[in-house]
Amino acid sequence: MPKKPLLEFTDKGIYCAEGKFYIDPWKPVDDAVITHAHADHAYLGHKHYLAHHLSREVLLYRLGEIQLQTVEYGEKVMKNGVQVSLFPAGHVIGSAQVRVEHKGEVWVVSGDYKVEDDGISTPFESVRCHHFISECTFGMPVYQWKPQADIFNDVNNWWRSNAEHGLATVIVGYSLGKAQRILQNLDLSIGKVYTHGVIENTNEALRRNGVILNPTTRITTDTSKEEVRKGIILAPPSSVGTPWMRRFNPYSFGYCSGWMAIRGAKRRRAADRGFVLSDHADWDGLVSAIDATGCETVYLTHGYTAVFSRYLNEIGFDAREVHTLYGDDEGINSVPEEAPDEHNKAEVKL
Amino acid sequence: MKAFAQLFLSLDETNKTNEKVKVLKDYFNNVPDTDKMHMLALFSGRKPKRQINSTLVRNWAIEASNIPAWLFEESYHVVGDLAETMSLLMPQNKGNSNKTLTEWIAEINDLNNKTEEEKKLWLMDSWAMLDTSERFVFNKLLTGGFRVGVSQSLVIKALADITGIEAPTLTHRIMGSWMPETYTYEQLTQEQGASDDISRPYPFFLAYPIQETSEKQKSTDELKYALGDEAEWQAEWKWDGIRAQLIKRGGKIFIWSRGEDLATDKFPELHPFLNALPDGTAIDGELLSFQNGLPMPFNVLQTRIGRKNLNKKILEESPVAVIAYDCLEFEGEDIRYKSQSERREILEELQANTPFPEFFRLSALISFNTWEELGKIREQSRVMIAEGIMLKRKSATYQVGRKRGDWWKWKIDPLSVDAVMIYAQKGHGRRADLYTDYTFAVWDGDKLVPFAKAYSGLTDAEINKVDYFIKHNTLEKFGPVRTVKPELVFEIGFEGINKSTRHKSGIALRFPRILRWRHDKPKEEADTIESLRALLGE
Repeated sequence: MPKKPLLEFTDKGIYCAEGKFYIDPWKPVDDAVITHAHADHAYLGHKHYLAHHLSREVLLYRLGEIQLQTVEYGEKVMKNGVQVSLFPAGHVIGSAQVRVEHKGEVWVVSGDYKVEDDGISTPFESVRCHHFISECTFGMPVYQWKPQADIFNDVNNWWRSNAEHGLATVIVGYSLGKAQRILQNLDLSIGKVYTHGVIENTNEALRRNGVILNPTTRITTDTSKEEVRKGIILAPPSSVGTPWMRRFNPYSFGYCSGWMAIRGAKRRRAADRGFVLSDHADWDGLVSAIDATGCETVYLTHGYTAVFSRYLNEIGFDAREVHTLYGDDEGINSVPEEAPDEHNKAEVKL
Repeated sequence: MKAFAQLFLSLDETNKTNEKVKVLKDYFNNVPDTDKMHMLALFSGRKPKRQINSTLVRNWAIEASNIPAWLFEESYHVVGDLAETMSLLMPQNKGNSNKTLTEWIAEINDLNNKTEEEKKLWLMDSWAMLDTSERFVFNKLLTGGFRVGVSQSLVIKALADITGIEAPTLTHRIMGSWMPETYTYEQLTQEQGASDDISRPYPFFLAYPIQETSEKQKSTDELKYALGDEAEWQAEWKWDGIRAQLIKRGGKIFIWSRGEDLATDKFPELHPFLNALPDGTAIDGELLSFQNGLPMPFNVLQTRIGRKNLNKKILEESPVAVIAYDCLEFEGEDIRYKSQSERREILEELQANTPFPEFFRLSALISFNTWEELGKIREQSRVMIAEGIMLKRKSATYQVGRKRGDWWKWKIDPLSVDAVMIYAQKGHGRRADLYTDYTFAVWDGDKLVPFAKAYSGLTDAEINKVDYFIKHNTLEKFGPVRTVKPELVFEIGFEGINKSTRHKSGIALRFPRILRWRHDKPKEEADTIESLRALLGE
């Protein structure tokens, strides 16, 4: 009889039967290992959570009172005889790949990852394994990222030019990850950084966690548009086109996402500026990361799985598509419903 | 080329008209005059001749990208634009070429008498010296599919600001068949009118729709409120043919279509009447096929346009005639400044003197006393083989482009049926990587027969929802086409319906588009092929 695989794909999430735990499950379970705090990976309703230390405060802020155990990268936790440890995924602050080992067999679940060091998330670390479960959000060769220094040079030049022309600057990125990455790379000699409530809540959670971020000012009902004129406003995707954003008029609005690499997607967004900035690996990043694991089998969970697995098979990998509910946090091709991340935007009233 | 690539990027980066004009002015102020003329040619739809066929360009791009051909095709479906796909797939490099747009276009034109080997060498070298954004516009030049997110009128506005020449004058001067290699910026901007080119047509005056959408019906009261006194207006049928300008100057004749294509040779039956006109005449009108003195539906003309050679049968059975409705030049004088009524008188006089009245017809004026009465007459449009009614202010001059106020079109409501979506394909441009091109079907017994494709009519939010549905309800994939679970019902509107032997359903629609998503209708309640056939009026 063939041996049962150490990890399997179930309708609740990725499951380890031997260790009796799930990784990033989307239905309530007893024991969940969480790669990172984004809404499509960290769901409410599990009895016990395991995540990295730096995900602690954001998880508590997003999910409320949960039973949460946090660990350092590389620290070993035993679950029913199965060894579990986390390794940096470089996706957002506190994001981790989950390494699972039992009787000499090693599996790694990537969660979401990028290989470029963004200067704020612990850089991606390649982990040798037999089986690698990888995302491939940008698994098409048209996605090739430029170094972030180039992108932020453009961002800062755009901000400077807006400030000179009396325009407010609104920059849009996901509230956990992208927002802090932008914040840490802005040229603060140009002006102050203002934040949408959802982003500031996340910033506060990260600061409680000991993360040192550049100073920010929360936008409230009292914030005047003259005050923010020379500054830059960090806003989440859900605020695009809302009265909240329109009140800063006149402003220029920039959108930071990997999807901005394609002209059509950029035009669809109708942003004044599209910055190609992603927290996911690009095509070359994915291929090199998978290659570096030395894995026998790679399972592709979300993104352009069909095309990417076909390519990997052609160049000699054993690649398979699997169906999961992990989505797209860069905000264009995702499901039509509002991303759960923005559930508390109502707190910023006009 | 750097400046031209930057122009593209900058135009993409703003939706504001003033910003776009500023970007265009910056470009004009920073490039040599020859580049200005090349840019004008490209932005007004005068693309350079294709020197390398697109299969070769594609194959060499695959080679330069170092990926398998199938992956290149998949990438193209994601990007939705061939030139952009090629530019993204090639290895990134910093552009180190300082050649101007003029120099690049000259090199492209020089390829004409080169061997395939030489072309390939040149192309590979060129790609290697351009960065991603330069490569994109370069590929656009090469493959010819040049479309820009900026209207010609904005380009003209920027040029008018810079030169101090009025926009309508400039619009007129870039009409017709000029080449950027021979028409200089100096000629374009000289004080005196550039009337050296006797073929040059006038810019067309275009009407605004009086009701924005078919769903927002205008009552005759609203019409009265919007247009005022009936006596100030002349009404004609809105003919469904090819808008054209017919010119006789210096003993030569020219027929221009609205797309600024010189189509003189396509309509030989019109030549005798044109030759009989006095020199210095320009007539605006609609070309239609006629049979036994009656206009035919547009599809008759359409099948004829597609033909390379016109046979005798077509010329005898369904000859083309012009239904003239305006005169723009008379006795060599530009009379666009005269009132509609004055121009009409001149037109009638010209027509009265033609020996070929069956080819030079007048668009009859519709007499009416009240808007209500005209509303009733409008209901006869389909019988008249017309699309509705045109309203022209009697005191109005002949203007340039689409202007509100003096020319209105009052179209009839589209025909419509409820249909089920059965196939979907990804769109292009700003709809890239989204399923936006749909095929619709109606019931024939218990089977669904496809009868129309439609691309437009949904909002962006609806498109996202439909795209999501398609991605989660695909039954089969055939190349880029997905067979979708038949479930979603849409109301499909169209202007006309005709028999067709080329379509499975036996019918062909004119201008099909989505009127609305019928969330309220289950697929069982969609219309049947019989209900479509009933609309054929047989």
